[in-house]
Amino acid sequence: MNKHHTLTKQKRKAGLLSIIPGLGQIANQQLSKGLLFLAITGLFAFELCVFGIQALTGLMTLGSVPGEDHSLFMLIEGTLQLIVTMIFLMFYIFNIHDSRKTAAMKAAGLEVNTTAKDMICHAGDKGFPYLFTLPAYIMMVFVIIFPVLVTLFVALTNYDFYHIPPNRLIDWVGFKNFLNIFFLGSYRETFVNVLGWTVIWTICATTLQIILGIVTALFVNQDFIKGKRIFRMIFLFPWAVPAFITIMSFSNMFNDSIGAVNAQVIPLFNHLPFVELPAIAWKTDPFWTKTALIMIQTWLGFPYIYVMVTGVLQAIPGELYEAAKIDGATFIQRFRHITFPMILFATAPVMITQYTFNFNNFSIIYLFNEGGPGSAGAGAGSTDILISWIYKLTTGTSPQYSVAAAVTLLISFIVIGISLIAFKKSNAFGNEEVM
Amino acid sequence: MNASTARMLNKICTYLFLTLLSIVIIYPLLITASSAFRVGNSAAFQLDFSGSWTLDHFKRLFDETLYLNWYSNTLVIALSVMVLQVTIVTLAGYSYSRYRFAGRKKSLIFFLIIQMVPTMAALTAFYVLAMLIGALDQYWFLTAIYIGGGIPMNTWLMKGYFDTVPREIDEAARIDGAGHLRIFASIVLPLVKPMLAVQALWAFMAPFGDYLLTKFLLRSPERLTIAVGLQSFISNPQQQKVALFAAGAILAALPICVLFFFLQKNFVSGLTAGGTKG
Repeated sequence: MNKHHTLTKQKRKAGLLSIIPGLGQIANQQLSKGLLFLAITGLFAFELCVFGIQALTGLMTLGSVPGEDHSLFMLIEGTLQLIVTMIFLMFYIFNIHDSRKTAAMKAAGLEVNTTAKDMICHAGDKGFPYLFTLPAYIMMVFVIIFPVLVTLFVALTNYDFYHIPPNRLIDWVGFKNFLNIFFLGSYRETFVNVLGWTVIWTICATTLQIILGIVTALFVNQDFIKGKRIFRMIFLFPWAVPAFITIMSFSNMFNDSIGAVNAQVIPLFNHLPFVELPAIAWKTDPFWTKTALIMIQTWLGFPYIYVMVTGVLQAIPGELYEAAKIDGATFIQRFRHITFPMILFATAPVMITQYTFNFNNFSIIYLFNEGGPGSAGAGAGSTDILISWIYKLTTGTSPQYSVAAAVTLLISFIVIGISLIAFKKSNAFGNEEVM
Repeated sequence: MNASTARMLNKICTYLFLTLLSIVIIYPLLITASSAFRVGNSAAFQLDFSGSWTLDHFKRLFDETLYLNWYSNTLVIALSVMVLQVTIVTLAGYSYSRYRFAGRKKSLIFFLIIQMVPTMAALTAFYVLAMLIGALDQYWFLTAIYIGGGIPMNTWLMKGYFDTVPREIDEAARIDGAGHLRIFASIVLPLVKPMLAVQALWAFMAPFGDYLLTKFLLRSPERLTIAVGLQSFISNPQQQKVALFAAGAILAALPICVLFFFLQKNFVSGLTAGGTKG
């Protein structure tokens, strides 16, 4: 009881002292560690005075004198400072946690490292995995978290071609951009149109490529097929050749007047009896452009599924089918109850990533017909998906950065939401061994 | 219908399907490739073996266009992404697979969620940032984005593959007195070579085939990559350089295809080990 009492008391004392990082450690007789923590805190305080406070207030005001205050710089500096502050806060929490833990160890009579040399050795041993993951974290903070935060902030401002710093100031407008997308006539109409086609596009293209991939794998994987290696090699080509090359080729082949499809393939079909196909307006009729896009993506995407499914099929033990055959199961029953569940189980996460990939498949939309033909309002063409609309909003002659940022965030929410549900369903964490 | 007729019918259908699919795949590739060797400069690809053949288009590609520039630009970017990303991802994947440290599970979940944030989510920010710090046209900026974007997903895949290497191997080495670095570099690393090869190929192919970011962030004609550069041959209807495009496309696709077919055996094991086992 008494021992327990001293323990809590020691812990509390160390924790309280750590309100100023380092003091708790010094009280625990870890002088060098304490001094290091104090130095880090001092450094942060110094940084705050010189740069930080001004950056954070800048982030709140976004400047007040047009031509002098550069709102965009202020927004970005403020975001950087926000990240630095968050990292310091994490350090702060760790510091309190650390001093309480050390105090508890001391009270329990355990050995605690007090010399700098011991501690460096200890850190070298225990800190090894942290050291190894550090580069990944640094890259992610700068390339993912920081830009995503900036996008988030830009979406809450009125940054567009009317408000280009430094001549004009940018202001916070709250959720106005999001509200405009949902309620303002012109944007809403475009958004609904583009989103509608994006969803149709994603579902049709991805589902078709999955079906073709599975069917091909089933066909090739039959025992009697000769020349499996040749077929396998041919079917891998659409994946092996960089997509931008094939898309550009297709774009030329589908040209309305001179493209090979209208000039060569359709006349070939017309040689058949009872077939009389007219030339098709692949590039000028939105319906046919959409059809062509979906066909091309099926062509491009099926090999990936085919390879995965082939791997799964080869792993299913043959006895399973033998047993089913003996029990009198038909081919269709065997497929429904053995093959299909196996494929689905093993490849579900990959298939879901295919859907999210196509949702953001900028290259094919832009390279095939630049989102055209025609217009769906607010700068979007009739086959633009959300991501290519963002491109046009950002790089067009009258850029709408804040609306683009808002649409970007909406896309991300949709994608993250779908992925989360999918990963939960497919239980990607299921086999993860914990601690 | 008896069993042997059914089997025959199945055979015919199967071969018919596979042949048709093969034609649909080969036709567009062949039509592009053959245009690179045909005399004359038509505005569209046509499958036509009647004319005479030439290597002139390749010569013009080197002499009259910036193609070689684009090619070396692309190689510089893709190789730096490959080296740096594979290094970072291997280190992180190894740590998550081999060490049980405080915060491990939390940071793994963090990787999983970050992985779902599409690189596109930061598109506007990349553009604005690049304008501000003068990083338009700068390769380091582009390279950093490719690397950062690839880290979360590939760390997961890498960790999954490391998990398939039995831990008893490093336990034994530890007992023999091997340190952290030694176990990593000379014992576990050689065992994951197939996955390293796959990771390297993917890290190389991603920037090689990317169009969006380069289109966004590179401006001057001589700084472009192959993807954006080649498009200029074919996008402008007034000056169609279809043959030049085809020649450039062959040179770009050939090395990638060779690497791809060379390494494709490793793909499935790499994908399933990481993808489904978590």
